Amino acid sequence: MTSDPVRDDNARRKAIPLFDGDLARRGYALNAMCFSFNEEANRKAFLADEEAYCAKFGLTEEQRDAVARRDVLAMLEAGGNVYYLAKLAGIFGLGVQDLGALQTGMSVDAFKAMLVRQAEAIPQGARVREAV
Amino acid sequence: MAKIIGGYFTSHVPGIGGAIVRGDQETPYWKPFFDGFPPIRAWLAKERPDVAVVFSNDHGLNFFLDKMPTFAVGAAPQYDNADEGWGLPVYKSFEGHPALSWHLIDALVRDEFDITTCQKMLVDHAVSIPFELVWPGVEAWPVKLVPISINTVQYPLPSPKRCLALGRAVHRALMSWGGDERILICGTGGLSHQLDGPRAGFMNPEYDLFCLDNLAANPEALTGHSAEEVAELAGTQGVEILNWIAARGAMGDTPMTEVSRNYHIPISNTAAASLLLQAG
Ligand SMILES: [Fe+2]
Repeated sequence: MTSDPVRDDNARRKAIPLFDGDLARRGYALNAMCFSFNEEANRKAFLADEEAYCAKFGLTEEQRDAVARRDVLAMLEAGGNVYYLAKLAGIFGLGVQDLGALQTGMSVDAFKAMLVRQAEAIPQGARVREAV
Repeated sequence: MAKIIGGYFTSHVPGIGGAIVRGDQETPYWKPFFDGFPPIRAWLAKERPDVAVVFSNDHGLNFFLDKMPTFAVGAAPQYDNADEGWGLPVYKSFEGHPALSWHLIDALVRDEFDITTCQKMLVDHAVSIPFELVWPGVEAWPVKLVPISINTVQYPLPSPKRCLALGRAVHRALMSWGGDERILICGTGGLSHQLDGPRAGFMNPEYDLFCLDNLAANPEALTGHSAEEVAELAGTQGVEILNWIAARGAMGDTPMTEVSRNYHIPISNTAAASLLLQAG
């Protein structure tokens, strides 16, 4: 297979999403809504009428759709930043492992097991060091 | 003359706060992480710092995308925590040290670090959890706080090199401060983790151990990468190592003793570490 630099670059950008000015601009409304969820009254208002709450913040069609489908990767594509999206996830009772599972297509248990397995890569003796 | 007594570095993920609320410290999942803290607590009880200068990043509690300072220095008489939206308890408030904050602000700007000044500033779990880990259950935090916030949210982020330089400027400022406080430097966040995208769950012990091995004696080693390269090496949230690098700079270039170190995978989605360096 020949390598396609454009495709490789896109894949890399997806794999390591850097929240730059372009995303910060595109994602402003969605992130502003998520930022509002620091307040409980706003979380309740969202739950009471999701459509109206999204409209109030002027979410784009793409953002509205991603939120309605609870599609985290689509929210990222639409300019969502994970620090703010985590507050939206919290409303649905989803933690960062649930988010990880949703984005990688693994089950939550498989995702958690993948995290635990990474401990195997720690070299012997590198875990704890205490002063003499 | 004020004295910098040491540097305390730790991960700060919200999951730690949840574990504390549930009393999970001794469970098999959490114990290897919490085991890193008794030696740090004992050292702090003995060394009794008066002030903590804390380098951390905001996670969308105090700063939003409307105004996103690269470096911000708190100058408030008091710092409150607040609801962050995901169910953590609201932590105790922190007493500030406005005179020292303004001295730092003055010295930093004269030193050509054009920081943002915050007379009002909420501090999030990135400060509260590191304090809760070493002073669990205290009535009031035993130190005053000077918080320094580094943007790890919106690119371009400051480079590791610039963060080390900022820390060194903070060190110079602390050395010219006329008080006689015992100062603790803190750097919070990391180590490698990534919450977003198809690479979610990524960790990199090799890079983490490179950081842990070089931070004390050779912090320049950590400045060989750009912030973007750090995101690739440490994960998109692993860039919080910038806080550690700045904090290391603020300790100055005296020789350091590693009092304790703990490295563990995983807590939540994170490769976690705690480290205590004593100055001298
Ligand atoms: Fe963080």
